[in-house]
Amino acid sequence: MKRIEVVQNILEANESIAAQNQRLLDKHRVFAINIMSAPGAGKTSLILQTIAKLKDRLRIGVIEGDVASTLDAEKVKDEAAAVIQITTRNMSESCSLIANMIDHALMSLPLEDIDLLLIENVGNLICPSEFVLGEHKRVVISSLPEGDDKPIKYPMIFADANAVIINKIDLLPHVDFDIPAFRRAVKELNPKPEFFEVSCKTGMGIEAWCSWLFDGVESNAQKVINEGG
Amino acid sequence: MHELGITENIMDIALDKAKEAQASKISRINLVVGELSGFVSDCIEFYFEFLSKDTIAQGAKLYFEPVPLQLRCRSCSMVFHPQDTLWSCPECQSQSVEIVGGRELYIESLEVE
Repeated sequence: MKRIEVVQNILEANESIAAQNQRLLDKHRVFAINIMSAPGAGKTSLILQTIAKLKDRLRIGVIEGDVASTLDAEKVKDEAAAVIQITTRNMSESCSLIANMIDHALMSLPLEDIDLLLIENVGNLICPSEFVLGEHKRVVISSLPEGDDKPIKYPMIFADANAVIINKIDLLPHVDFDIPAFRRAVKELNPKPEFFEVSCKTGMGIEAWCSWLFDGVESNAQKVINEGG
Repeated sequence: MHELGITENIMDIALDKAKEAQASKISRINLVVGELSGFVSDCIEFYFEFLSKDTIAQGAKLYFEPVPLQLRCRSCSMVFHPQDTLWSCPECQSQSVEIVGGRELYIESLEVE
């Protein structure tokens, strides 16, 4: 009997593919964001609103992740510059997106013609928090009907978020969602995210969110140029 | 449902390291799994039994060493294990905390023959 010291991160393979993905994105000056939320919080609606607002200023690509169906890809295909659907039902590795799936999707996307890549993860607040994809920013959407306790119940997904969107803000008169308590719970875990209160139905707050994205695209492109890319 | 991919990674790493050491059998894999890592050890064991068939890892025992969730208070720097879901510092009651332990997921060592 012999003991071999290993100390190797089991997620290392995913993390190294994610780093490769990010290098490829940077090479083409594509700014990528990973959009995560529970099912029904409004990921697709936010993507549609974002494209409507920014399509005259940015070329936007979309990767749609779903367990099954191409419903979401159908919804965005007429609006975006390019769309790829990833269906995870038949994939053994994971039900949510992992770096390897993005690696394949990037090969089919015209990266030269994309400035902003919106990656819609599978609706789930647990699995996506474990897997980086190569994205530049991680965004979590919570919607008012879900309740304000999600940062307490699913801390991991909020702990790494760069932006937190509170969607369906038009429903505030009808639901008991304590916005200050929600913000406080997120900030206690993670002081860094930007908050956006939006309604994808009325368009409220979309402007501020889009201007954050636009700044992200510009500053990432500048950073890549400065690093000699 | 992401344990299958994780188990494949565990198998790959273990078989690689065992080959490097010219081992003929893996008898035990020692894993370190944080409380927050979100992986179900029963699922990993189930997939492992299936994936390890006809490899030198067949019949190996998986040992999961749990790492409790540890938080550091951003106000007074106290490191603590929270007693409830509210994650407040037992020293100063601040709820502004940083996760410092409990996200681990790695292979610590192998026992081979």
